[in-house]
Amino acid sequence: MIPAALCAVVLFLVVYSGQAMIFNGLHFVTNINWDLGDLYSDPVTVRGISVPPGANYGILVFIIGTLVSSGIAILIAVPLSIGAAIYLAEAVPHRIRPALSMLVELVAVVPSVVFGLWGIAVLIPFIGHHLSPTGNGYGLLAASIVLALMITPIIASTLLDALLQVPKENRESAFALGATHFEVVSKAMLPMVRTTLIGGIVLALGRALGETMAVLMVSGGGINILPTSLFSPISTIASFIVSQLDSAEADPTNMSVRTLSEIALVLFIITLAVNAAAKLLTSGALNVRKH
Amino acid sequence: MSASTSLKTPRTALELQRIVVSKLGWVGCGIALLLVIAPLLDIVGVVTINGLSAFSVQLFTKNTGGTTNGLLNAMEGTVVITLFAMLIAVPIGIGAGIHLSEYGRDRLSSTIRFLSDVLTGTPSIVLGYFSYIVFIIGFGWGFSLAAAAITLAILIVPYLARITELALQQVPNSMREAAYALGATDSKVVFKVVLPAASAGVITGTLLGLAISVGETAPLIYTAGWSDFTWTSRTRIPTLWPMPRPSSSCSWCSPSTSACASS
Repeated sequence: MIPAALCAVVLFLVVYSGQAMIFNGLHFVTNINWDLGDLYSDPVTVRGISVPPGANYGILVFIIGTLVSSGIAILIAVPLSIGAAIYLAEAVPHRIRPALSMLVELVAVVPSVVFGLWGIAVLIPFIGHHLSPTGNGYGLLAASIVLALMITPIIASTLLDALLQVPKENRESAFALGATHFEVVSKAMLPMVRTTLIGGIVLALGRALGETMAVLMVSGGGINILPTSLFSPISTIASFIVSQLDSAEADPTNMSVRTLSEIALVLFIITLAVNAAAKLLTSGALNVRKH
Repeated sequence: MSASTSLKTPRTALELQRIVVSKLGWVGCGIALLLVIAPLLDIVGVVTINGLSAFSVQLFTKNTGGTTNGLLNAMEGTVVITLFAMLIAVPIGIGAGIHLSEYGRDRLSSTIRFLSDVLTGTPSIVLGYFSYIVFIIGFGWGFSLAAAAITLAILIVPYLARITELALQQVPNSMREAAYALGATDSKVVFKVVLPAASAGVITGTLLGLAISVGETAPLIYTAGWSDFTWTSRTRIPTLWPMPRPSSSCSWCSPSTSACASS
């Protein structure tokens, strides 16, 4: 059932977006203009495919938005979660560690809309009043921070588990060499768990790339402009698919719906690449360590 | 640091540097932990405080009327969609997990395992869009319970399968061997011995799936659609109902519009 479902997903997406692929060509991923065309005029026929007049589909903005927001989120989340995991594993008293680590793990299943809601209620006013030169809080920075919050628990709990499993002998021998406690952690234990850490980071990246609702709520929904600063409005691929549903349904030729499915396919390929990279990195690195 | 220097040789610059770096490192880690935990607590706090002030009995008894009345339709939608999604996903997911754990040594199973990992990593909106073009447009069901439940089921099954597999693998082999020695058949061993022994893990996985499906938002916009009414006899097609949108997508809609209005 599982492979069948997955194959069905890919197959239907490809088949359904076939016409859109022919119409859009390679410009699709390099063009920044997204225009549904005049939905109320008679469709025109381009290259044998009927589309609304003036329709032009380019998703470079959304690809950039997705990659940049996830990238910044990773930049924020990685140092924070490494620090938090180290502190949880080594410095927190044994009695309160389970409570704190459970708190961190619980966050992983908090629905993304709740994060988005918090972003709107707390983060957006803060950025708008204190940071943004235009007074508008919606944008790249807000999206990245919310994403970072969502993926920090993933990285932190993965790393925490790995740190707790480092053999006692390694820690003790590092101490015996006269290393300070922090040196034991940073120079003896962290290198041992590096592969797990990378795997966790890439998994978190996959989650950030595919995140939809929270980003949609705080990103400002920028269309047709590339982001120029931390405060410019952006759209990610996933949030764009959701926000375009209504307009796409109004298209009598169905071309925008087909194009959206091509976008979904692009997102799928990106996340697939990320996850495959995670698999390769973790398994390949493990092999190296055995030698 | 404050140890009397008369008894010890004075610390060299390198030692001092190491100690300072260590202290700074711990401070940094502590701050990082604070920065991680504080927003999380803030989320809980903000949601609780803002939520409590809007709390009332009619929230649970009335349908939504824009910004007034209750959220009964949304709650009902959440419960019903989750229920049907679990009904579909639990047998498939646990079945797949059993297969992977008990008979999963061949090439086919490792392929399944890999594909299920891929499915876990697939963004939910992609699955939602798939259901949209297949069920809503392709089969012409319209926004419906069936489409939403199937979408969520696809979303949960890989989690369930993986967690079930891990739980079953924790069961010691000696238990299986003992059961076989008593003359039990394959299915008896799995269902009477291994599965009960791993029930705690399987239940955890089921609850995780439940949590995911309750909180899922994006794919439902594409499959469940929107309804301001509870689930009554107002059905167009007898088996496929237009469904109340679950509360999660509802809460996406109202706060963002109100926030836009206020800013």
